[in-house]
Amino acid sequence: MPAETDSKIDVAQVAELARLSLPDSMISRLQTEMEQIVNYVEMLNELDVTGIEPTAHAVARVNVMRDDVSAKPCSRESMLANAPATIEEELVKVPQVLPGEGVA
Amino acid sequence: MSMISGMTIREAVEALASGSLSSSALCSAYLERIQAVEPRVKALLAINPESVMAQAQASDVRRAAGQPLSPFDGIPVTLKDNICSSGEQCSCASKILQGFTSPYDAFVVGKLKSAGCVLMGRANMDEFAMGSSCENSACQKTANPWNLKCVPGGSSGGSAASVAACETMAALGSDTGGSIRQPAAFCGVVGLKPTYGRVSRNGLVAFASSLDQIGPFTRTVWDSAALFSLIAGFDEKDSTSLPQDSFDFAGDLTSFEKNPRLDGMKIGLPKEYFEVEGMDDGVKQVVMDSIAQFKSLGAEFVDVSLPHTKYAMACYYIIATAEASANLARFDGIRYGYRSPNATDINSTYEKSRGEGFGPEVLRRIMLGTYVLSSGYYDAYYLRAQKVRTLLRQDFTDAFKQCDILLTPVTPAVAFEFGAKADPLQMYLSDVFTTALNLSGNCGISVPAALEPASGLPVGIQLIAPPMEEQRIFRAGHAFELARPQKTFLAPLS
Repeated sequence: MPAETDSKIDVAQVAELARLSLPDSMISRLQTEMEQIVNYVEMLNELDVTGIEPTAHAVARVNVMRDDVSAKPCSRESMLANAPATIEEELVKVPQVLPGEGVA
Repeated sequence: MSMISGMTIREAVEALASGSLSSSALCSAYLERIQAVEPRVKALLAINPESVMAQAQASDVRRAAGQPLSPFDGIPVTLKDNICSSGEQCSCASKILQGFTSPYDAFVVGKLKSAGCVLMGRANMDEFAMGSSCENSACQKTANPWNLKCVPGGSSGGSAASVAACETMAALGSDTGGSIRQPAAFCGVVGLKPTYGRVSRNGLVAFASSLDQIGPFTRTVWDSAALFSLIAGFDEKDSTSLPQDSFDFAGDLTSFEKNPRLDGMKIGLPKEYFEVEGMDDGVKQVVMDSIAQFKSLGAEFVDVSLPHTKYAMACYYIIATAEASANLARFDGIRYGYRSPNATDINSTYEKSRGEGFGPEVLRRIMLGTYVLSSGYYDAYYLRAQKVRTLLRQDFTDAFKQCDILLTPVTPAVAFEFGAKADPLQMYLSDVFTTALNLSGNCGISVPAALEPASGLPVGIQLIAPPMEEQRIFRAGHAFELARPQKTFLAPLS
């Protein structure tokens, strides 16, 4: 899309990846703000990180397992109570996914 | 203000045990106080007086029968609005979660309930815990009880302000980059960020999973130790929970205070934390006075270096936003939360529900996180930041070879006025002293030290210990509290 600009961040494309519908005013505001923040975080390029292992977590625990025991931590009603729309309070109702079919 | 609502947990535990105070009297004093000051402070998003009194009366019945659930039975605790409590709202101060009711209790809430604590309501916060002033709440702006023109800090600003305003005895918050310690410092209360993994995150709405920790806000260090002891411990539902039992930290302080000296304790002063630009002279002076106080308690000071300090904020904003962009993908308008009425199909349901439901700061961070994780940029930003995170951790490991704890300021300046930090990067930089601990996993506590003379606002000091060594900062903080010239910090709200 914005092939002409000098900017390295294609904000509209990032918004699409993040599944965010944003007004144009927000896109242009984010262009400035994100560039400013990305410029700031690029100070990490000053550091030589050759041979350094990445840290994903403050606690190095791996393969944490617990017994596979079936349980019912929450009732179906309590989970469905938060759904924006349901079908007969039995299923979460979602908008049409496949194009072309009629909506039941 | 009634005498009751300025009490500490420690005083209340004794009064409840002796029968000189009932939980009903305690809680109704807090409800009265809320009625008097909440219109000005606006710390709470939800409070249900009937539920509070019912819990308090149930506690009194247990005590009368000689069967309190714990010494803390009947003690009121307020929750940040990102901690699930079954049947209550949990909105994260976001439009996208308005109307959401928690189907279950967070691990920490289960712990509070099994100790008999009274849940006092839901505290305001920056939306999804993203912010340093509470100004990012989609619901309301919370004021600092010390000066209503100033922010309470964030993101757990409602929790901090509710304790500072004596609207509750204690509160829980969450700390991802300073969100407990910074508002605690701004509001003149004690705030603890525990060692990563020591308090279960189960039932805490995730912001950045490798950094988030739940911790207490209290009036004193003893109270902090007591509440921390209640909520700590292993939980199989959090895969990063440490397999360590809790410990009676408050009991340890009770024995320690028979001779509350710090002889033999070595306290490190990381030089990089004292070279930061924009550090207030008033804050610096309070920290210097505190150092003198610790010396008179017998502690010895050593200069240490955390050489990668200047990179901590950059590292944090890559890692935290990356994790947030993944965690917040679950808010899609399908199973719970806001669904846009303007959507026409499945994709526009995702895009419009999210675009309309999230506030500006949350959008900004999801966008940044998506960008740093996107194809072609992952190695340059996220992977590099994870490697810098290793260097930051190593800094702390090396420093703790020379000392037992570290002492630093919590923030470079006291609480600022509403709107003072409109630029997002400026706001981020107010957390310069707190984020490194989240990246490294160390524990840290913010303890009020004095009021800054110029503004009359509280200044906090931060004590930092290696992972699992909360006992050291509790002891040091407790000794400091007993020795500091200003005994109590009560906000001058009439």
